[in-house]
Amino acid sequence: MVKYDTVIIGAGLSGLAAGIRLAYFDKSVCILERHTTIGGLNSFYRLRERNHDVGLHAVTNYAPPGTKTGPLSKLLRQLRLRWDDFRLCPQRESTVAFPGCTLRFNNDFQLLLSQIEEQFPAQRDNFQRLLNRIDEHDELSLNDVPTSAREIVAAEISDPLLVDMLFCPLMFYGSPTASDMEFSQFVIMFKSIFYEGFARPFEGVRLILKSLVRQFKSLGGELKLRSGVRTILSENQRATALVLDDGSTIETKNILSSAGSAETIRLCRGRTEEDAPQPGEISFVETIFSLDCQPADLGHNQTIVFYNNTPQFRYDTPDEACDVDSGIVCSPNNFQYGDRVDEGRIRITALANPDIWMNFAESDYIREKDSWCRRIVDSAVAHVPDFRSHVVDTDMFTPRTIKKFTGHLNGCVYGAPQKIRDGRTHLENLFLCGTDQGFLGIIGAMLSGITIANLHLLKTP
Amino acid sequence: MIAEDIRQVIIDILARIAPDEDLSDLQDDVAFREQMELDSMDFLDIVMELRKQYRVQIPEEEYEQLISMSSTVSYLMPRLKDVESPA
Ligand SMILES: Cc1cc2nc3c(=O)[nH]c(=O)nc-3n(C[C@H](O)[C@H](O)[C@H](O)COP(=O)(O)OP(=O)(O)OC[C@H]3O[C@@H](n4cnc5c(N)ncnc54)[C@H](O)[C@@H]3O)c2cc1C
Repeated sequence: MVKYDTVIIGAGLSGLAAGIRLAYFDKSVCILERHTTIGGLNSFYRLRERNHDVGLHAVTNYAPPGTKTGPLSKLLRQLRLRWDDFRLCPQRESTVAFPGCTLRFNNDFQLLLSQIEEQFPAQRDNFQRLLNRIDEHDELSLNDVPTSAREIVAAEISDPLLVDMLFCPLMFYGSPTASDMEFSQFVIMFKSIFYEGFARPFEGVRLILKSLVRQFKSLGGELKLRSGVRTILSENQRATALVLDDGSTIETKNILSSAGSAETIRLCRGRTEEDAPQPGEISFVETIFSLDCQPADLGHNQTIVFYNNTPQFRYDTPDEACDVDSGIVCSPNNFQYGDRVDEGRIRITALANPDIWMNFAESDYIREKDSWCRRIVDSAVAHVPDFRSHVVDTDMFTPRTIKKFTGHLNGCVYGAPQKIRDGRTHLENLFLCGTDQGFLGIIGAMLSGITIANLHLLKTP
Repeated sequence: MIAEDIRQVIIDILARIAPDEDLSDLQDDVAFREQMELDSMDFLDIVMELRKQYRVQIPEEEYEQLISMSSTVSYLMPRLKDVESPA
């Protein structure tokens, strides 16, 4: 019977990246994925003859070809991939749109700086001081003491509107916690969105995932789909084997799980629900509209619009099924693809209440989706041209869909509030990577897999 | 292997770690870090590539020997002298 060096639970971005590292250095490694396809929170699907991405709005941390520093180039080096394997095309321009005030930004930080000088002239020096704090902070330290980003930012910036407008995109794209973020997470998101910026491959997330799988397999890694892990067996504080959904057993020296911390602990035999860490609760609904024209034909040129319609921006679990007061409008067409054109698309994301979505009766679920979808668009068209008469197809997914396809409790997107930065668990050879380790998003998830593989699974020969 | 072979081995490793980097004008006496963007993750990779290809074990306290091309070559000479040069 084969005994692997490492079995990885989950073929999402973190699991695949970790798998490449291990396979490259000749470890015998197998990735087990419960779903019928790869990608996890950032997968892809085909519906009514159209290709859709699950997650991808924008890849953050953009760097142009030839850049030698920063997370994107670090990650490509570590995975022995070339810049061309992701073929990222930069965004056009994005905005943060609040009542009476809009800030524009793109992948050149100067635009945001000049926007803030223009619209918040009194905050100019304060903003510079905040930038100094951001630049001085070591956000990637694996043992840093959590501090409140709200407190630090409010200490520098005295206009609450500007504070909220800075937090809005950073929270939407990477806060596992309601209302506030840890300062390190704030810094990671600030750099990845405002300093580095957005990009997307024309082919969507498929291209990134295919490059990862090709690399993993060419190095001898094994990938098994439809292979959910039901139980992790252990003896004397060490994991010894995994039992799959079909009852078969796989032996391994180490396990690296991207399923989430609460989700992974629940797989361990002998662990009760009470021992398990609390899963996160921040989740979203996503609506995807296919159009009979390009968004630009309607006068919409922005890549991403982060909007909020209330005096104070709220980022928490709404009391109703969705929070329609704020959201993200993404137009995947509005990246600089050269002359390649795809069908017009608008995607809108809004905060959602996982409990309410999980508990709708099957017979009400479709109707609720329709009705919330309509309310979300009604709210969003205050910030983008009214595209409703151009819609030729609509799809929508909810926390219920996310839980069904990724196993994340609550359909949680950014993991538990409590991160486990060093990836350790109660078993000495069971480690965590992915959202609950703490680096979030597409680039973050891959870096998470790489970091934990390097830290725990590669140093021993 | 002679010094020249070892130099080529290191060049090949660097090319794999940083495929977009131009290595043709690498200066042997200047630290790698000053000529290319290499961080601690990359240094770990040089060590692991050597382990993978030639079974040389480099203890953590000796990583600093790998600072430049010339120091790396002199450090590896005694350790790789009995290894066949690559074809
Ligand atoms: C709607 C939406 C929009 C997003 N937009 C963006 C964006 O624009 N930009 C960005 O950077 N990020 C975005 N993200 C976030 C990004 O997708 C995630 O951070 C990233 O994909 C997380 O990867 P992961 O590997 O940590 O986790 P996952 O992708 O969740 O990987 C875990 C995998 O484990 C599998 N699994 C779980 N349990 C088991 C088990 N018991 N046995 C076997 N397999 C199991 C799951 O099926 C899953 O495939 C978005 C996410 C969503 C949902």
